Order: sequence, then structure tokens, then C-alpha cells
Amino acid sequence: MSARGDILDRIRSALGPDAAAPGIPRDYRAAGSGPAAGHADVVARFCERAAEYRATVRRVRPDELEAALADACREHDVHRLAAPPGTPSPPRGLELFVDDPPIPARDLDQLDGVLTGCALAIAETGTLVLDGGPESGRRALTLVPDFHVCMVYAAQIHASVPDAIAALAPAATEGRPITFVSGPSATSDIELERVEGVHGPRRLVILVIES
Amino acid sequence: MSGFPAAAKEALADTQLRRNLGKATTAIRVKRAGAVAELSDWEALREAGAAIKARAMATLPEQLERLEGRVTRAGGTVHWARDGAEANAIVGRIAQDHGAGQVIKVKSLATDEIGLNEALELRGIEAIETDLAELIIQLGDDQQSHILVPAIHRNRAEIAALFERTIAQGQRLGLEPRSIAEAARKHLREKFLSVPMAVSGANFGVAETGSIAVVESEGNGRMCTTLPKVLVTLMGIEKVLPEWRDLEVMLQLLPRSSTAERMNPYTSIWTGVRPGDGPQEFHLVLLDAGRTQVLADEVGRQALHCIRCSACLNVCPVYSRTGGHAYESVYPGPIGAILTPQLEGLDRAPTLPWASSLCGACYEVCPVKIDIPTVLVHLRGRVVREVKSRWSPERVAMDALSLVFRSRGRYERAQRMARAGNGPLARMPGPLSGWTTMRELPDIPPQTFRAWWAQRDATGAGAPGGIDPTDTTGRSHGAP
Repeated sequence: MSARGDILDRIRSALGPDAAAPGIPRDYRAAGSGPAAGHADVVARFCERAAEYRATVRRVRPDELEAALADACREHDVHRLAAPPGTPSPPRGLELFVDDPPIPARDLDQLDGVLTGCALAIAETGTLVLDGGPESGRRALTLVPDFHVCMVYAAQIHASVPDAIAALAPAATEGRPITFVSGPSATSDIELERVEGVHGPRRLVILVIES
Repeated sequence: MSGFPAAAKEALADTQLRRNLGKATTAIRVKRAGAVAELSDWEALREAGAAIKARAMATLPEQLERLEGRVTRAGGTVHWARDGAEANAIVGRIAQDHGAGQVIKVKSLATDEIGLNEALELRGIEAIETDLAELIIQLGDDQQSHILVPAIHRNRAEIAALFERTIAQGQRLGLEPRSIAEAARKHLREKFLSVPMAVSGANFGVAETGSIAVVESEGNGRMCTTLPKVLVTLMGIEKVLPEWRDLEVMLQLLPRSSTAERMNPYTSIWTGVRPGDGPQEFHLVLLDAGRTQVLADEVGRQALHCIRCSACLNVCPVYSRTGGHAYESVYPGPIGAILTPQLEGLDRAPTLPWASSLCGACYEVCPVKIDIPTVLVHLRGRVVREVKSRWSPERVAMDALSLVFRSRGRYERAQRMARAGNGPLARMPGPLSGWTTMRELPDIPPQTFRAWWAQRDATGAGAPGGIDPTDTTGRSHGAP
């Protein structure tokens, strides 16, 4: 018999004829039980929590975005940025490399950073979620460069993990790659202490755009 | 002495090891408690987590078939492996098909369990570990000692010295973890950009959507699941979750329980192949390797619910002193003490169910409420019944007790003998001395209840009705 058939048979015989499947008690704070996405408290909490993971967080009005972006790049000595096709034109002084056609990973490694949007964000955990769409870009784009600046609209910020998982269900069903990013790359492998900086971008700037 | 007791004795004598472990486990215990206290619905999440895993196990054939269908539809290939050798052969064949002389790896306990790296080496393929701790283990030719932080037994000075001898020759790294991490970044970057194939494990596989999730910190997981042309994921069959929605529970339970973070830095979730984004060939290997055998034990099967957070290790009074090596398994600590003997067979690890004081701390912190103490006691019973010879002290003692308890005459004679031996037997002889070197046997009272009752009759106090002193069945209503 095939390994597949064998394993399924072994499982069925291990479970016996009347394996009862328990229901799931979902008495935790479910999706929709907290404040709505973009609520002032939710946005404030996101900014606080993302900053606790040592991401740099700036809150800006739409008309301040360009200046804030230019500032952030200047502070980090970043001039050449990759970006997914859906990115608006950059401020003066920045050179944008649009990922169309796709930029090879080795070339990404030579750029200073990457500028993207995101699918949504989670306030409770200070998390950005990328979904491979036109704002988030391909996965390699936000991974290979050492500096990531991400634009988040206030309305994209959800209160809790269940809120985010519910909002991501269509993307998951569609088979899009989903990446949760909570702060810059880090490790806890040396004496179980979180320190920044191994393989992913070691500097993360989040620009929260107020509506 | 062999097995855990022997290995533990050796570990306990290593003072540097005990200092490193004590420091790390104490710090993480405090942080975990804080991360958990922040959520008002933690207990409800644990209840849901336990039920999700129990449901997944009870409907496992259906869930695996759904997962297989979804992954296949999304352009992936699903393989089934009855044991480690089959899984190793599948991965080795895929690497050879692509002419890969090297593969990069994301930390995966399942691949360690089946000895994938060694199996690949026999085929002339080098497996490169990319997780910082795994790299430390690989470079130091060391053994991992913790589920989450395999090099927890090494402090920063030891790690810096190791790197200066190997990947950062001629450099002075100092004691800043950041500069140690930087050395690993430089060393591995070229591998990420050039090696054509990666192997990962899976934290979760969602049957409803066909999504595989890998939870990590450093970004090496993202590198391995994004940059190579070919990705192979080895997943134990118990890692399946029925619904997408189940992730909303697990992604809260796991990071807070493992690294005491609200969220780990990176979680990658992918489904089959995404044209133009990431690996263009994806293989999912579903591994049994003893898991169905664990599933057959109604008490022990909850060990399969484990989400590998390692909270039970950090709180365990035994683990935090002996460290992981004493368990002689990929899975150390309390969860290892119930998982290893069941996966490998009770005869392979018969001492592990005793590697515990049954204090229950592991059960209290387990995010999916695995009742580890109950399973430990259950497995102790199974080891005595199924593995130990008829002449093991436990078997002999239990058989003797059973003989004594079966007859009133024998029982009363035994009580008299026990009183007589009270003095001389304060230290038990032979193999039983282990018990009495650390503890005193309780004093046996000068008079038994039965003797007192009989004496009470003789002095004419008169027993109230109900007990016939001539009853010889040994059944009585109040004694012994």
C-alpha cells in the first residue's frame, strides 16, 4: 500500500470507530469585539507598541508624508530605494527603483532600502502585515534590503489579532503570501534576550498617515 | 544508573551550564508571566487552543486530505512519509533532482528528529543551518538543549569565542549580542542569495486554505522560504489546523508563551506556489514517524497537541537545573519526557517519565493545556507494565503488596512485621536506598486500627453493629 494509504489507515485505527470531535469554545475576544479599525485609540496603541519593538514610528498628515519620508531617509543615510509598482512618486533627492520587471535579489542587496505600503496593521501587537499585493510588493522586496520604510493608513490599523485574521481571510483563500512583521529583525538566541538585527531589515521606519 | 538519572548527574556537576541555564530560564519566566498577564482572555484562549488541537486530532484524516487538496491546487506537491527514512529519502531525491550540493535550512525540530542533515550528508549534500542558535550548535559540533533556544547552555562570551574561531576569524566581536548577530548575518547572506533549495519545518498547516506558517525572529525563515528556487517543508501530521480562523488563537498563544513577546518579529504564511513571488517549486512532506502510535494512546495522545513553545521547559525545576542534554532527545524538558518515550517507544527511553517531580508547573503554563503530569504518571504505569522485567523493584513491590492486600491474615502479619522493622528498616536496602537517602520513612504507629478495635471489644466497650469481627473476606467498612 502507498505511504499515504498506510498513514491514513494507521490514524483511523488509532482513533477508533467513535472518535468524538469537540466543538471549539471561542470565548476569547473575537473579531469585531473591540474598537473599529482606524479608531483613535487603536492608532495610538499601534504607534506605542510598534515603537516598543524599536521600530521608528512617525505620525503624519497626508500633506506631510513627502517631507517625513525624505527626513527618515536622510537620517538613515538612505538614497536608493526599491518599491513595488503601486508606490507613488518619491520626494526629491530619493532614487526609486520600481520592481517592474522584478529586481533580482542580488541587485536588491545593493540598494539602500525599500519603500512599501502594507495590507493592514495590528495595534495590540505592533505588527505590520504584508500580503504580496501592489502596496506590499513581492516578499523578497521587503526582506533583502537592510532598511524598510512602510506607509500605513490609520484606517488600515486593526485592534486585535482576531480582527486581522478575519480581514486576511480573502487573501489567504486566494493563496497570497502573507508576512507578519513586528519590529526589525531580531533574535533571542543569545541568553534569551531580544536584540535587533540578524537577517531581515535591521532598521524599520513606520509612517502612520492620519486620515 | 543509566538514561536520564546518569545524564542528569553529569549535567548537574557542570557549574557553568547551571549558571547559564539559571540566568536564561529565570529571565524568560518573569517575562512570560508579564506577556500573558496583559491579555484578559488568556484562559479562554488556552481553552480554545486545547479544543482546536483536540478537534484536529479527532478529525485528522479529513484535515490532512483537505490540506493536501489545497496545497496541490495551489501548485505544490504533497508527499507522505511513514518514517524518518522515507522522509529523508524524499528530501534527498528532490535535492538531487535539482543538482543541489547544498541546502539552506530553517530551524526545524522535525528534521532534527529524523536526522535529515546526516542523511543528506550521506548523499553528498551539505545542510546549512541558518538559525543563529542552530548555527552555534553546528559550528561548535554541539548538541541542542532547548526547543526554542537550542544553544541556551552557551553564554555570550562562549558564543563570541566560537565565532571568532570559525566564521569571524581575525575579528574581535566583543560581548555585544548585536555584533555577534552581525557576524552571522555576513556569513549567511551569500548562502541565501545563491543556494537553490531550502528545507523548513512548519508551525502550522491550515487545512481550509492550504497555508503553511513558519514563526521566527531573525528573518532566516523568510530568507529560506522566499529566495531559493525550490522549497521543501517537512511537517509532522499533528501540525494541521482545521480552519484559517484557528490561527487567531495560535498566533496569540505561541509568541507570548515562547519568547514572551506580544508577537515574534516575523511570521511567514504561504500557499503552494505564487507565480513571480518566492520559490517556484514547493514540496510538502507529511511525516508520521511514530505519531500515529502516540495517537493510539488515549491518555498520551495529548502530547501531539504541543505547539513547541518551550514554556514548560523554562518553568520546570528539573529542566532548569539539568538542561536539555540530559534528556538525550530532540525534545527535552517536560514535553520531551512525555513525547520522546511515546514517539520512539517506551523501551528506548524508559527513564524519562520519571524525570519530573510532578509539581504541575508545566501544565499551568502550557498554552494548549496539555496535562503533562497526568501523562507522566500514565507512562510510568505503562513502563512498569510493558517494559520492566518481572524482577524490577516496582514490579516486585507491587506484586508483593497485591499478595498482602488479598488476605487479611497476611495483611495483619505484615503490619506486625513492619512495626518490628521500624528501626532497622529506616534505611531501605538495595535498590530502594535511593528513596531513603534523601527522606525518612514515616514512623509506623505502635497500634493498628484493627488491633485497637479488637482490644476495644475485649474490654467490653461493645462494638456498634455493622462489623463482624469474624468476617475473613478482608472487606471491612472502616479499616484499614
